[in-house]
Amino acid sequence: MELERFSYDNKIVKQFGIATIIWGVVGMLVGLLVASQLFAPSLNFNLQYTTFGRIRPIHTNAVIFAFVGNAIFMGVYHSLQRLCKARMYSDLLSKIHFWGWQLIIVAAAVTLALGITTSKEYAELEWPIDIAITLIWVAFGINMFGTIFKRREKHLYVAIWFYIATWVTVAILHIVNSIEIPVTFWKSYPIYAGVQDALVQWWYGHNAVAFFLTTPYLGLMYYYLPKAANRPIYSYKLSIVHFWALIFIYIWAGPHHLLYSALPDWAQSLGTVFSIMLIAPSWGGMINGLLTLRGAWDKVRQDPILKFMVVAVTAYGMATFEGPMLSLKNVNAFAHFTDWIIAHVHIGALGWNGFLTFGMLYWLIPKLWKTELFSKKLANLHFWLGTLGIVFYASSMYWSGITQSLMWKQFTDVGTLQYPNFLETTLQIIPMYMVRATGGALYLTGVFIMIYNLLKTAKQGTFVDNEEAEAPALVKSTEKFVKGKRHKWLEGKPVQFLLLSTVVVLIGGLVEFIPTFMVKSNIPTIASVQPYTPLELQGRDIYIREGCVGCHSQLIRPFRSETERYGEYSKAGEYVYDHPFLWGSKRTGPDLHREGGKYPNLWHYLHMENPSSMSPGSIMPSFPWLLTQNLDTTTTAAKIKAMMSLGVPYQAGYENIANEDLVKQADVITQDLNKAGAPAERNKEIIALIAYLQRLGTDIKVNNQQAQK
Amino acid sequence: MSVIVVLIAVSLLVALGFLIAFLWAVKSGQYNDTYTPSVRMLFDNENKDSEKEK
Repeated sequence: MELERFSYDNKIVKQFGIATIIWGVVGMLVGLLVASQLFAPSLNFNLQYTTFGRIRPIHTNAVIFAFVGNAIFMGVYHSLQRLCKARMYSDLLSKIHFWGWQLIIVAAAVTLALGITTSKEYAELEWPIDIAITLIWVAFGINMFGTIFKRREKHLYVAIWFYIATWVTVAILHIVNSIEIPVTFWKSYPIYAGVQDALVQWWYGHNAVAFFLTTPYLGLMYYYLPKAANRPIYSYKLSIVHFWALIFIYIWAGPHHLLYSALPDWAQSLGTVFSIMLIAPSWGGMINGLLTLRGAWDKVRQDPILKFMVVAVTAYGMATFEGPMLSLKNVNAFAHFTDWIIAHVHIGALGWNGFLTFGMLYWLIPKLWKTELFSKKLANLHFWLGTLGIVFYASSMYWSGITQSLMWKQFTDVGTLQYPNFLETTLQIIPMYMVRATGGALYLTGVFIMIYNLLKTAKQGTFVDNEEAEAPALVKSTEKFVKGKRHKWLEGKPVQFLLLSTVVVLIGGLVEFIPTFMVKSNIPTIASVQPYTPLELQGRDIYIREGCVGCHSQLIRPFRSETERYGEYSKAGEYVYDHPFLWGSKRTGPDLHREGGKYPNLWHYLHMENPSSMSPGSIMPSFPWLLTQNLDTTTTAAKIKAMMSLGVPYQAGYENIANEDLVKQADVITQDLNKAGAPAERNKEIIALIAYLQRLGTDIKVNNQQAQK
Repeated sequence: MSVIVVLIAVSLLVALGFLIAFLWAVKSGQYNDTYTPSVRMLFDNENKDSEKEK
């Protein structure tokens, strides 16, 4: 058997590693800022670009797609080459992938700060960036599959399967959820409306967690945990079962994000059932990881890398047990919309993703620089700071979530709400928000210590761009390739072509098929539900721009505690013109679905200018710029047109006269405000926002009044 | 709720793809040996230890 000489590309691994660390710091810093704004709203520096609604998505996108994303690529580019005994398929594609991804991250940060957002969680980026993501993802795919095809090891190690599943599923999720109609270069509307949009979004949202934060990391665990412990995985058979069971079950669990919503009951139950089933493969994986260390726990005591990994795997186990529990309807009724969910995701994010990343970095950096870790002591310090940070973070958020939910649902002896003022329930948990920020700060401090440690490590070693290696060629398969032309055809360029065409065909097919399909089904089921007026539509887009949905839900669940507080529960038919849906997933502030008509225009005007003038102690940020910025009415026609193409029944040609209606409605609101003594001007953004807020949920109210007459 | 049909179809498509991949993996003997791969991955075939592997 002849040995082939080749080299591994270490440079790309280094680049992704550095990006992981830099974006990790950025994402966590923004997270700390966001968390601090919840008890000190003035930390938005009175700037719209750094206000909660806009930087919360920057935090989530940065930690998920920038920090974890780059860590995935770092791990995949390092381990895939070794597992396949082959250099990455194309150095150029590696470069394109790396720089393209970083460019996307920068574009994301800038656009989100500017308020350019689709408002769909973890899919906030607007359509030009969506297209860029697709292209870069395809580059990654060609590079990965190319490497797999030219591998020198016949067996595909289980980690590779996890990488493949990640690539395929993320591609499909991203495409299906991002089908949108562009209005301008930086604004689009999703083709789905209301309940449908919600279902697609959480099918995506859940699987984004599954296939971006979980499967790639499981692959990484199956590579780096045995490597770090220098012993094989406990049961390779179990890892294979783990993979296939997880893949077939995961994709069906999405509806558990929409329990008690306007989604049909059977779909909700389906989501619950699959969520419960997920415990089996998830715990199989966790046990497999932990048992790898059987008989070697003395190593864990000494080695900080293993400590990080053990906590990571344990956090994975806890989060994947808690997840199914949270998708039980009775638990969900209590926990949904509260900080409990924030605790749940951060067990996963800080524990599973964060700690596994740190473990990988501590193992990988000395390896790449051909040296030993600079200081085990500092790594241990990092470990304990991080662990303490997680404990502070999680316990405070569990406490706050449970407290708030109990207060929301508490009735007095005579059957009225014990805490009718939502603000009371917020003020109660502010100390917990402070503890949470402390936990985050501890965690981040640990990261800075890690950076120092790794810098020192790199300094004492020497980095090798291309690591020489040799391995025998894959004999069996080359024989096959010579025998059958079919395999040869598969081996060559057509593979890339196949991949590309799959994506193109998928996009093309879906783009053609789904809109027609959707438009037909968007027939209103409630007669009194009308499309938004042009002014309300513009106001709605301001609501989206400012990220109001980050703290305010628009979904009243059919519980007495909610109908008592907010009004009639939400019906599916009320959302048929909502492109996108704005149900939200967290109630830091009260639900707004029945906000229309609750307060006079003046209240909203003053409240947006300075919330604590209306609600003393409120932690909502001020939005003074809405009172001074002019409403951009040049987009009205394009927006109406886009809505019409999505099946919203405006009269033909309405886009041409929409602005006249807009001015008329703005005049009425402005006059009302002026009469009440507010120096409001007709052409300001606040007028549109008030129009939208006053419209919210009123379609059904009108209906009831008419019925009573 | 027609979008649920789309989602189920897409999800089934993904599942079908993985099923084919699974059948291929089993048929092509990927899982004939469920022990060696777990040990093999521990050895890096960098030049210095390539002698030992043979």
